[in-house]
Amino acid sequence: MNGIDRIATAFAGSGKRAALMPYLMGGFPDLPTSLAVGEAYADGGADLVELGVPFSDPLADGPVIHAAGTRALEVGATVDGVLELATRLSQRLPVVVMTYANLVLARTPGGFAAALAGAGASGLIVPDLPLEEAPAVLEACDAHGIALVPLVAPTTPDDRLTAIGERARGFLYTVSVAGTTGERRPAEDAYRDVLSRAKAHTDVPVALGFGIGTPEQASAAADAGAEGVIVGSRLVREAAEADDPPAAVREVVAAMAQALR
Amino acid sequence: MTRVEAGVEHRFGPYGGQYVPETLMPALGALEEAWLEARADDGFRAELAELLRDFVGRPTPLYLARRLSEAAGREVWLKREDLNHTGSHKINNAIGQALLARRMGKPRVIAETGAGQHGVASATACALLDLECVVYMGAEDVRRQASNVERMELLGATVVPVEAGARTLKEAVSEAIRDWVTNVETTHYVIGSAVGPAPYPAIVRDLQRRIGDEARAQMLERTGRLPERVIACVGGGSNSIGMFAGFYDDPVALVGVEAAGEGLATGHHGAPLTAGGRPGVLHGALSAVMQDGDGQITEAHSISAGLDYPGSGPEHAWLRDSGRATYVAVSDDEAIAAFRQVAKLEGIIAALETAHALHYALSVPSDSAVDLVCLSGRGDKDLAEVLARG
Repeated sequence: MNGIDRIATAFAGSGKRAALMPYLMGGFPDLPTSLAVGEAYADGGADLVELGVPFSDPLADGPVIHAAGTRALEVGATVDGVLELATRLSQRLPVVVMTYANLVLARTPGGFAAALAGAGASGLIVPDLPLEEAPAVLEACDAHGIALVPLVAPTTPDDRLTAIGERARGFLYTVSVAGTTGERRPAEDAYRDVLSRAKAHTDVPVALGFGIGTPEQASAAADAGAEGVIVGSRLVREAAEADDPPAAVREVVAAMAQALR
Repeated sequence: MTRVEAGVEHRFGPYGGQYVPETLMPALGALEEAWLEARADDGFRAELAELLRDFVGRPTPLYLARRLSEAAGREVWLKREDLNHTGSHKINNAIGQALLARRMGKPRVIAETGAGQHGVASATACALLDLECVVYMGAEDVRRQASNVERMELLGATVVPVEAGARTLKEAVSEAIRDWVTNVETTHYVIGSAVGPAPYPAIVRDLQRRIGDEARAQMLERTGRLPERVIACVGGGSNSIGMFAGFYDDPVALVGVEAAGEGLATGHHGAPLTAGGRPGVLHGALSAVMQDGDGQITEAHSISAGLDYPGSGPEHAWLRDSGRATYVAVSDDEAIAAFRQVAKLEGIIAALETAHALHYALSVPSDSAVDLVCLSGRGDKDLAEVLARG
């Protein structure tokens, strides 16, 4: 089964109203702990994991994930180191790697896609690679059975939604609000509009992310039609602050999973 | 000869592009459309020209620096952008983009700044046009350029110190982009250099090419000939691209002077064009950048905050590759020496950024008989930094 099929199976077989996809900053607070955090996501009931490869200049990330990425790089995280995490975690659940365009281009699109496939990863999210810049990376990912997951935003007009939806692999990542990653006050009213527009323009499952930090928000996302829910900063904050990060994140993920059943 | 067509280019050769979050893509499209309309609109052009004349003080003088020429052994002409209102070339772009923001109905403007010159220019333009202004500035630059922070605040702008990374220009640009992603419906990002996603490098070039066009006409009027070389400092590259653009079609050598910092070999520099290597994506565009093997952007170093940037404008990368321009680097110590020398020779305290270009004109041997140097800004802001070095 290639990565695209594995993601489809994870969405279809989650047994929840929406598949739960927590975000993990690879190498934060250090490599062994981040592996334990990823394992705890699986134990807590995650259906997929979004694995961040830290980048020096993460334009789409808010303060929590930005700080975690900076810390991961300070303690020596590398692309190869984070891909080793992918190798381990992909034995438990599908891994969708999230990183920025320059890290992909540094290895060449073909080289990066091959490395992902070699690590057992299923998908790739590149938040600074919009439709216009994506063709070479999409072609390389297709050749290696890796799903290049595009993002759509509340500001995306319908004609772009059509073009992006047609080229989506694995799932469509719908950004809940204009902004960077980070916890926000509930914005459930806005979920329905972006989700219904996204779903009208693609055949793959639609996941919602950015600003979802509570079980109530996760549940509201599913109510609004999300087929997947992505939780990032809430969990990275837990990994940063908790005395026992794996235990702490497992509890948060379990509560999210419960809310989605 | 390579000619870069005027217009709203998305790519310069392989460089440029729009590597930004999807949220911003519609705004970049709208900005491009607005700029194409404004550029062709007589009313917009007339208002910009009037402000540049009556408020900014253009055209800036072209000055034959006699004692500097003697020291260099050739004619050295200075294009006096330091005599613009607010003290640098940055106002040319800031006024143009602030007018564009008002035309697009955006009441809020954000800007990044390194040396503080673009921040002051943006704050000034926003005061003039009654726009809200927020300026992102690395905390280290806030320290180095305290007087410019005070100016911006006096002009009504809010200055936000950025604590991330090396706390300089790179982080300020990143934080401005994050603000823009969040507030894109109400906000225009007035980027200060010829960097960023398309259409920014082309817009900034269009607004800054007044420097080169004026200087070319002034040279012809005064001397009946063109310079043999045109020299300008390059951080992101806005004064240089504006200067160069006036001479693309002429048999004139174009020299961009980057910051060698503590020396190219030390890795502590701000000279991605000179150092070469694999291009990379920073702040929305593919261009020459300083990076490690994984593609992590490395920290730049320069005594001058405006050149303390690991990236470069994509049009410069293409001018380099196509052979139309050459890029060299000048160290911190050389720039400081030129800063002091030009003050004594000409009675001009130039910005430390500009001092890099002046060092090259003064001290690097050449067959050129006539040089034109862009004196991009004045150096009052740098006094404390230079004097602290003894």
